[in-house]
Amino acid sequence: MDSEKATRPSGHGPQPEATVPDMITPTWDYAPAPEARDVIDLGRDWRMFIGGDFVEAAAGDRFPSVNPATEEVLAEVPLATEVDVDRAVAAATSALPTWQATPGHERGKYLYRIARLLQERAREFAVLETLDNGKPIRETRDVDIPLAAAHFFYHAGWADKLDWAGMGPSPRPIGVAGQIIPWNFPLLMLSWKIAPALACGNTVVIKPAETTPLTALLFAEVCQQADLPAGVVNIVTGAGQTGSAIVDHPGVDKIAFTGSTAVGKGIQRAVAGSGKRVTLELGGKAANIIFDDAAIDQAVEGIVDGIFFNQGHVCCAGSRLLIQENVHDLVVDKLTTRLATLKVGDPLDKNTDLGAINSAVQLERIRSLTDTGETEGADRWELDCELPERGFWFRPTVFTNVAVNARIAREEIFGPVLSVMTFRTPQEAIAKANNTPYGLSAGIWTEKGSRILKVADQLRAGVVWANTFNRFDPTSPFGGYKESGFGREGGRHGLSAYLQPSQSAHPEQPERSAAPEAQA
Amino acid sequence: MTSLVLPGDLPDFAEIAASDGALRRFLHGLPGVDQVGVERRVDALASRSIKQQSKRWALDTAIRMTDLTTLEGADSPGRIRSLCAKAVRPDPSDPDIPAVAAVCVYPDRVAIAVEAVRGSSVKVASVATAFPSGRTSLDIKLADTRLAVEAGADEIDMVIDRGAFLAGDYAKVAAEIAAVRQVCHDAAPDAPAHLKVILETGELMTYDNVRRASWLALIAGADVIKTSTGKVSPAATPAVTLVMLQAVRDFADLTGQVRGVKAAGGIRTAKDAIRYLVLVHEIAGPRWLDPDYFRFGASSLLNDLLLQRAKQIHGVYWNPDRIPID
Repeated sequence: MDSEKATRPSGHGPQPEATVPDMITPTWDYAPAPEARDVIDLGRDWRMFIGGDFVEAAAGDRFPSVNPATEEVLAEVPLATEVDVDRAVAAATSALPTWQATPGHERGKYLYRIARLLQERAREFAVLETLDNGKPIRETRDVDIPLAAAHFFYHAGWADKLDWAGMGPSPRPIGVAGQIIPWNFPLLMLSWKIAPALACGNTVVIKPAETTPLTALLFAEVCQQADLPAGVVNIVTGAGQTGSAIVDHPGVDKIAFTGSTAVGKGIQRAVAGSGKRVTLELGGKAANIIFDDAAIDQAVEGIVDGIFFNQGHVCCAGSRLLIQENVHDLVVDKLTTRLATLKVGDPLDKNTDLGAINSAVQLERIRSLTDTGETEGADRWELDCELPERGFWFRPTVFTNVAVNARIAREEIFGPVLSVMTFRTPQEAIAKANNTPYGLSAGIWTEKGSRILKVADQLRAGVVWANTFNRFDPTSPFGGYKESGFGREGGRHGLSAYLQPSQSAHPEQPERSAAPEAQA
Repeated sequence: MTSLVLPGDLPDFAEIAASDGALRRFLHGLPGVDQVGVERRVDALASRSIKQQSKRWALDTAIRMTDLTTLEGADSPGRIRSLCAKAVRPDPSDPDIPAVAAVCVYPDRVAIAVEAVRGSSVKVASVATAFPSGRTSLDIKLADTRLAVEAGADEIDMVIDRGAFLAGDYAKVAAEIAAVRQVCHDAAPDAPAHLKVILETGELMTYDNVRRASWLALIAGADVIKTSTGKVSPAATPAVTLVMLQAVRDFADLTGQVRGVKAAGGIRTAKDAIRYLVLVHEIAGPRWLDPDYFRFGASSLLNDLLLQRAKQIHGVYWNPDRIPID
């Protein structure tokens, strides 16, 4: 913190003349512009949030959360065990009848309040998220936090309009939702989970990822500020065992999970036969398809947004770049020129484009996978930039001449690593794009509208972006095909994960039969 | 198929410019410009935070890139002289402040300006070719240009025939640019006037048109492509400037020739100017952070640059009355 302050302007004193670069050579290195981190008190007592109270773990254990950019321990948080999960589920269960009976417009008021509080405290959340996650402040400030608030605003509007959710009249909540979220967008994923659940009248037990628990615990404070009834939102912190305790708990009616495909498969096995509902949002290996009639300069921006946004820690990242062969060299040339302007470093600096890798474990996974790229014959390009000495860092990397069967073309790397392949015809592009176990997202770049529609229709991906990439909106359903999971989050479709038809209206009907889109 | 080829695959621009069909095919073969994407990139770059010594450098560089402009019917010799004095020494109380790049005036005021800036580094630029509309015959446009160059103008800011451009008559636009360029050379063979070509992007409406007009002007021999006259709204915007910067960068990649961009009209604050410099830096590249390759056409901008510069040095804002008005 002190070194941070030392680099900030010392006040109104005159600037020393020597620091002005010479005027002849055009060099212009932006001076450090770090966001102040003193908006957040890291020394506070970080506790879990159960039944409206901030509590320690029953066993009293704690685990550290580390700033991946510096490896500094930011805070220690409670390690929840089965006992704590049991308390949380009990609190959620006892809060359920009242919350469920609260009129929709009243539930909506709480959500509006939470949304406004997130906006009011946006700077705190942005700084804390950047510290805990390693992503640049530019992204937490401009993307994560505004979108998190937007999800609460959007679902606040739904709370009194559930009759139009496509479930028939007076749909009911599912009950207690157990929610397990990843470390790549900690507060945003929390919002994706909590906002629809609450709007629909469910209560929740949520567990943030073990490497990024802090914004969830700060969010607990927002729940208190919003006067949310005790037990409606319960936040427990811990790692895989804590997550298993939620999945296995008999009092949980529904599991919502975002994370890796391997863990998702485990969850599905664990809940089989239990009667619990599940939605899974898992990995991806998205194809970003550049046709030769694309707006090339903007397509290059889209490639950068697709794979270098959030250090590539994005399940829907455009990690496979398919370029039409006749513009391959042009696009790669422009891409590498563009990447040379990326600023990698201190995530708190307002000019940083690429921050730190979230953890040592993830860094190791990225390294071992990218090492296979060269051994399998691809050409490796990486950004020539200085990396900080401490912390977890990885240079933006582009592989060209990647074989379709190479591991870097098949497996999710979840890092700033792009694999470039070519195609000659739209049919070949579609075939290659679909040739993956995943099916979360895809991108199409062409100035030809008819081609966008035709190709999008044939892509097996839950989200298809046209002439843009990695854009999110609460009104738009998000989710995958195949090993990318099932269920949708956001939009009207997302509500169906947290609602069931009224028993009186449709006594024998399966859940979605009343939904008009089921016939479509 | 895109005609924007890789460095090394240089098309024959003389051949392209000579044929109406070839010119049309080249310009319409350029990759399209996606409006949403351009504006998103501009927004992202606008969030760059320029502080401390990098801000100081930017402010001085912006002063050195300014074409201090007065283009009013009421421009009197006295006003031209006072503008020139300010251009040479923006604030006499601080000799460290660099001179601006040029003064920009109407052709019949060039002689006064040349006299007033003599002995300094400040150039005299003159608008010409029936500025701002360009609606007259080629003969008169050339005579207008000759008047300015013979009076001593170092730089000519011509306007393109937007009517011809929008009608698809690219060859006519190119021929006019080439003819004006010829006058710039013939009227001052020892030191040909530098040619800036004003696209008047506010009348071109689409970014695709801005890109085509940029390439058209570059192929026809523009030393600098300029956004606007300042007489049409919108004048310069960051987005059109971005598209034009991409054009000069691509042109340099292809030909090795570095041409310039001038953003003119509507840039009034130091904050705006710094945002433009970020575009120059990150879209075209550091090579263009030079008054030879990037200019601001502005009148009130200089005062804010001086005010912000004083704030950087002294730590407090001056009363604006400490800055001489022009």
